[in-house]
Amino acid sequence: MPIDIDIAHVARLARLDLTAEELESYKTQLDVILDHATQVQSLEGDPREESAHPLGLVNAFRQDERRPSLDRDEVLSQAPETKDGYFVVPPAMETQ
Amino acid sequence: MTLHELTIAEAGERLRAGEVSSSDLLEAALDRASLTEAQLHAYLTIDREGARETARRADADLADGIDHGPLHGVPVALKDNMCTRGVETTASSQILAGYIPPYDATVTRKLKEAGAVIVGKTNLDEFAMGSSTENSAYGTSYNPWDIGRVPGGSSGGSAAAVAIGSAFAALGSDTGGSIRQPASLTGVVGLKPTYGTVSRYGLIAFASSLDQIGPLSRSVQDAAFMLEAIWGHDPLDATSYAGEYPQPSAALDDGVSGMKVGVVKELAGEGYEPAVETAVSAMVDKLSDAGAAVVEVSLPTFDIALSAYYLIAPAEASANLARFDGVRYGHRGEGATTETLMARTRAEGFGPEVTRRVLLGTYALSAGYYDAFYGQAQKVRSAIQEDFSRAYESVDVLVSPTSPTVAFEAGARMDDPLAMYLSDICTIPSNLAGHPAISIPIGLDEQNLPIGFQVMAPALGETVMFQVAAAVETLAGFAERPVLEELAS
Repeated sequence: MPIDIDIAHVARLARLDLTAEELESYKTQLDVILDHATQVQSLEGDPREESAHPLGLVNAFRQDERRPSLDRDEVLSQAPETKDGYFVVPPAMETQ
Repeated sequence: MTLHELTIAEAGERLRAGEVSSSDLLEAALDRASLTEAQLHAYLTIDREGARETARRADADLADGIDHGPLHGVPVALKDNMCTRGVETTASSQILAGYIPPYDATVTRKLKEAGAVIVGKTNLDEFAMGSSTENSAYGTSYNPWDIGRVPGGSSGGSAAAVAIGSAFAALGSDTGGSIRQPASLTGVVGLKPTYGTVSRYGLIAFASSLDQIGPLSRSVQDAAFMLEAIWGHDPLDATSYAGEYPQPSAALDDGVSGMKVGVVKELAGEGYEPAVETAVSAMVDKLSDAGAAVVEVSLPTFDIALSAYYLIAPAEASANLARFDGVRYGHRGEGATTETLMARTRAEGFGPEVTRRVLLGTYALSAGYYDAFYGQAQKVRSAIQEDFSRAYESVDVLVSPTSPTVAFEAGARMDDPLAMYLSDICTIPSNLAGHPAISIPIGLDEQNLPIGFQVMAPALGETVMFQVAAAVETLAGFAERPVLEELAS
């Protein structure tokens, strides 16, 4: 499969504000790595399932009961900006 | 033998005989750090006061007849991607500069409960992505055997600390070889346990289906002590194993007579240094002389394991690292909207290797490419597990070099990501399968650089893996310690 990465699109999806120069450099590097990675398509033999957990765990549920959470002030103390017990961010959409 | 060279077992004997105190052990480790850190940079943070307080308590407890077991009063280090409440935890990233976790990782809590004294937090490649510690945002660690060389990675700081004696043992994390490869390059023991047996709660996530915490130590027995302290089911980790656990210490003295040992055909040849191959062959011969039945085994999918890994790990990393957005913790960049703030934060906070893998993973998961890359890589993973299963029908353990090369020079692979990735070619298959594997030092090459021997076992096969590892340790008789030339005079 020919690889032609739309690197600006990928960077946008990944929320990485990179310069044009950086994008070009990463695109070159990704081309080399992906060229090597296409070896996964050479897998022979019967079709297989995709697998993740080696011991076949499928899901784990916790007991639905109350327990103490992390200390709110301690958690908020790590945030760049807070107000009245909330995290503060700029507007999610541009304002007119 | 000076205090900082003792194994945990030896230190524990002296502690219980009243010959030394935990405070003595700690001061020996701290002195060692004071003497070597300027050259090695194994640590990012040393918690002198916290550690001294814990050591005093360990001594008081022992005086009162309270003994928490083998790790009681023993100074250990933690890789800086494991959360320590009240002690800065950065994962070697600028994006987490100054982050003080509001909670302890499960492994941190368990080490504290086992009476261990936490000396500090060790250096790593940023978010554990790398094989040399050169991707750390806070500077490279160096190899105690040759300070012009890297200690391996990503748990290179932990490996250097254990090798030089500024910790008696340490924890690392292993996603593609990040415990075993640095252990091999620094002449210490390094173990990746079966996936799911050590809780990942409080481990800053890299690739969740591969990440596993494990010990680096100066002996196989010490690795067993550490493992027995940290593992076990944890409801706070949804992938934690809840069944019966093996007995790492049960068969340490049983030898390899009658054991079937498979030598992996694919992990040899081109790209492997002759000194590494010679040392590994010599150990295989010794195992045979000791009564093991040795056969060559082929696991053809190992040839494409690296490709699968470099799709799966970045894909999972790109999802895990989405949480670093400048909102709840860590660095924040400038931006007029939430999205521009996040994109600036991440561009400023992530180093080049992390950025590269986030881009690679985002691409591999993006619409139109999922089946060809991530999905296909997960199928390769199934095929690797099948290869392992087939091999374990006829052998008890598999063996190979841990790393194709000895420690390489700082800077040598920084311009070639693919060459750096090849450092992990022997270790990656066990991560993809979720199996345990251990590296044991077996000798030095002609440049006085350590060579590691890897023993792999099936899932939950720790008992037999430790049995073989202990035999390898005895047969190798590796007792050399690094000497920093500047300190020798």
